Amino acid sequence: MEKEKKNEVTSESPAGMSRREFLGTVGAGAIGATMIGPATATAREDSSGELPLVSITVNGWVHRMRVEPRWTLLYVLRDQLGLTGTKPGCERGECGACTVLIDGEPRYSCLTLAVEADGRRVTTVEGLMDGEQLGPVQQAFVGEDGLQCGYCTSGQVVAAEGLLRRNPNPTMEEIRMGMSGNLCRCGAYDHIFKSVHRAAKLRK
Amino acid sequence: MIPKFDYERPASMRQAIKQLTLPGTRLHAGGTDLLGCLRDGVFGAEKVVSIGGLSELRGIKRASDGSVTIGALTTLAQLAADPIILRHYTALAQGALSAASPQLRNQGTLGGNLCQRPRCWYFRGDFHCLRKGGGVCYAVGGQNQYHCIFGGDACYIVHPSDTAPALIALGARVRIEGPSNSKTIPLESFFVPPSKDVTREHVLAPNEILTEVLLPAPAPNQRSSYRKVRARGAWDFALAGVALCMHVRDTGEIERARVVLSGVAPTPWRVPDAETALAGKLISEETAKLTAELCVKGAQPMEYNGYKVNLVRGVVEEALLGLR
Repeated sequence: MEKEKKNEVTSESPAGMSRREFLGTVGAGAIGATMIGPATATAREDSSGELPLVSITVNGWVHRMRVEPRWTLLYVLRDQLGLTGTKPGCERGECGACTVLIDGEPRYSCLTLAVEADGRRVTTVEGLMDGEQLGPVQQAFVGEDGLQCGYCTSGQVVAAEGLLRRNPNPTMEEIRMGMSGNLCRCGAYDHIFKSVHRAAKLRK
Repeated sequence: MIPKFDYERPASMRQAIKQLTLPGTRLHAGGTDLLGCLRDGVFGAEKVVSIGGLSELRGIKRASDGSVTIGALTTLAQLAADPIILRHYTALAQGALSAASPQLRNQGTLGGNLCQRPRCWYFRGDFHCLRKGGGVCYAVGGQNQYHCIFGGDACYIVHPSDTAPALIALGARVRIEGPSNSKTIPLESFFVPPSKDVTREHVLAPNEILTEVLLPAPAPNQRSSYRKVRARGAWDFALAGVALCMHVRDTGEIERARVVLSGVAPTPWRVPDAETALAGKLISEETAKLTAELCVKGAQPMEYNGYKVNLVRGVVEEALLGLR
């Protein structure tokens, strides 16, 4: 399946790669030729009218790319970088499906402009893998059956990771508070909270 | 997708103000309300000016006299977790913690929380209402479940902020930077009721920036709280809420009190009658009931929001007794 190459972006999106091929590279993080070293560009338009140049580190890889100011981080992650684990739910900051970590803190990528993520470290659900193995939070969700349709799950898992990095031993009440920014229309909350509780143990 | 806009991230306050003086510019702090407004078409932007690079606007500092300065870019999460705020300005910590969701608190700023636009579904929707320069308030005779019971005048929004009532109860002032000067005003004077101007919620000109919130040193016998009633335990704005700040003598009498309601008026709603009545009293069930009644005196419910009257009674009673 050929993906259209977006002509505004200098990073090599995984254009021309099939989804299956692409997924095979996720664990190794080999997303095209954007993995270059330090970039200290500030996100501003230069007077030549060029699009702003940003440098965003995603799951440990530095992506240097030109973005339209109106592009959200969600759009860039999914449509430019091919990291479709992060989901659009409401695009209004009211559901949590788009949760990513920015410098370790849970944030809604739908409300974050890509230009604002310049110079920051972003972690998506793909980044919680351990090579090709599921990370402890992901394992816990599998073990506790913390999902039904699975659509909110990426956001739940990343929010859980963010919570546990800050509070490795949360009480159930702290789990409920920490996960209160993520909706589940299937109503799997009970299992989700148990998954977070289990994840805390698995992370030790 | 949001319509295209240009983007600038100035490195200095001077530059930021200069940019904001251009027509069609909008300020981006945390961005949580800006993006929502742009997406809903509440207003447009030709250029977004991000003040995220102005690091001097972050952080909470205590001066030697005990007063505290909070940079406007401080996030709600930082406020809710700060030991000084928790201990000495509890109403503010509780207000910040009750807002939104964990992800939004990591991104949303105090300045943004004070300057945010209303949540009225006509304002946010495809209705050219009074506040947007049109001719009609659709809440009048419309779906006004979440509109005001005090202070309505042509427009009937409620002010959505939780930190604003807490800060007013705590006696906060705000610093505003403009092109030619800087001024400090009481937070109470920052907000604009519809009776004065139906098209704006606060006094800032487009090229002025709220830079700092200033809190007076807390008196040793000061106690404060913010309590919020809403349908869900997260995300929802207040259906009714109250910020209390009291100075209580060792003998238990209230020396001075400030009572500020949220979710019921177009601006944070101080209740001077309740404040006067509390002076000299002990915190008791009787005082709580009396205060609650004074807080609903003069309420003017609309067709669908009469429930707010009892919510105000309840939240005021509970909050007062909670500070015993």
